[in-house]
Amino acid sequence: MREKITYVLAIAGIALVTWNLYKIFFVLPPEANVAAYQIVYFHVPAAITAFTGFFVALIASGLYLATGDLKFDAFAAGITEVAVAFASVNLATGMIWARYAWGIWWAWDARLTSMLTCWLMYAGYLILRRAVDEPTQRAKLSAFLSIFGCVNVAFVYKSIEWFRTQHPAPVLSVRQGGGMGPGMEAPIYWNYLAMLCIATVLVIVRMRQEGVSREIDSLRRMAHAY
Amino acid sequence: MAKAERGGAGFSLQGGLQPTPQPMPALNPQLPAEPHSPSFFRQALTIAAKDLRSELRTKEALNASLAFSVVIFLLFSFAFDPGNLDIDINEFSGGLLWLAFAFAGALSLNRSFARELQNDCLDALVASPAPPGALFLGKALANFALILAVEIISLGVFAVMYNVHIQPQLGWLIVVMLMTTWAITVIGTAFSALTVNLRMRELMLPILTYPFLIPPLMAAILLTTDLLGGKPISADNMIWVRVLVAFDVIFSLLAVVFIDIVLVG
Repeated sequence: MREKITYVLAIAGIALVTWNLYKIFFVLPPEANVAAYQIVYFHVPAAITAFTGFFVALIASGLYLATGDLKFDAFAAGITEVAVAFASVNLATGMIWARYAWGIWWAWDARLTSMLTCWLMYAGYLILRRAVDEPTQRAKLSAFLSIFGCVNVAFVYKSIEWFRTQHPAPVLSVRQGGGMGPGMEAPIYWNYLAMLCIATVLVIVRMRQEGVSREIDSLRRMAHAY
Repeated sequence: MAKAERGGAGFSLQGGLQPTPQPMPALNPQLPAEPHSPSFFRQALTIAAKDLRSELRTKEALNASLAFSVVIFLLFSFAFDPGNLDIDINEFSGGLLWLAFAFAGALSLNRSFARELQNDCLDALVASPAPPGALFLGKALANFALILAVEIISLGVFAVMYNVHIQPQLGWLIVVMLMTTWAITVIGTAFSALTVNLRMRELMLPILTYPFLIPPLMAAILLTTDLLGGKPISADNMIWVRVLVAFDVIFSLLAVVFIDIVLVG
């Protein structure tokens, strides 16, 4: 069953991305005034996917603390790794766009800085997980860090709006002051869905790997005990 | 000894084997049923006093972080020419100060829980009747006092070495220092507890702490630069005071509530 869900989600994700690519390049009108605007259809959904991941990781960490079930810890670890990967996609696409539009790879604008901060915080989470050997201790320490991290994401994200910024205004109309042309926004949401599918597949694969590695670990301990 | 207990006879250091087990103390009518336990804050203050006392006797973290911050100020002088009159030091003095404070602070935060590892003192503290929240708060208060002391001395040294005037907005400067230092202390003490049993303790603490401290440090750098430049707190930079207050309140509460996950394990 789990295998089937994984395959279905993977196929759905790939199909959605293909369809979106077709729409972005052939259906949407080319906009002359915004350079290389197509990348925004991957840049923005990657950021939303990353933040979704951080938030789900917070819930999973809370569930681990409430139940003590290491399955939730594996879930939190998997989803944080995937979210960090999507945050990297966001940073990389942003840098490519910045080189094209602004002529520089990186600007110390608030939004770039805050995404980098979140990336570093969760990279710290992943480094912490490697530094602890004992599974229960690792789960507890990383759950604590995940709670702190998610609260801090809100702080970092909020500070965007108070800092003078050269980042383009929010492109989504759900946020105040944002909004693209009519019909231009939909692929962002479709790509978000595609990325969620892909992220879920990656998390399932990662969770299975985490479970197997825990099993190997316990077998190794048993072998040492005898 | 275990065999003797199973056989129904108690064993004590004074009396050797005894035919009947001692009655439990709580059942003794002469003793109060509930021993009087001090309040949460009193326990926190006791732990803070213990930490400060042991630090003031050795002064190891205090001297080290003070020397470290002076070294950083010295190194800054090579990053730009402090004698160049075209450079307005006030424009980036906030950044210089808070970088030095944050780096120097990490030195004492690293020691905060690590010093309890000898003789298993940390286990004894965790096993004591004081709740983990009080233990954390006590440690945090002691760290706060130590880091603040280092900061005040360093600020004086900085003002003299870089010819910066701290008097015009001294009141607000102190408020900003108090709030940011508490932010550094709360995050740093919580992560000090988190990393105390890790292999790469000294490495992990800064990796985890500094990205977390970016919102309060950003606020402190902006505010301190404004204040040292003689600009008062007004409507446009008040938002950063609010960031500091919110950060302090939220993370203090989170740390006190959740620290038992890390300490008791």
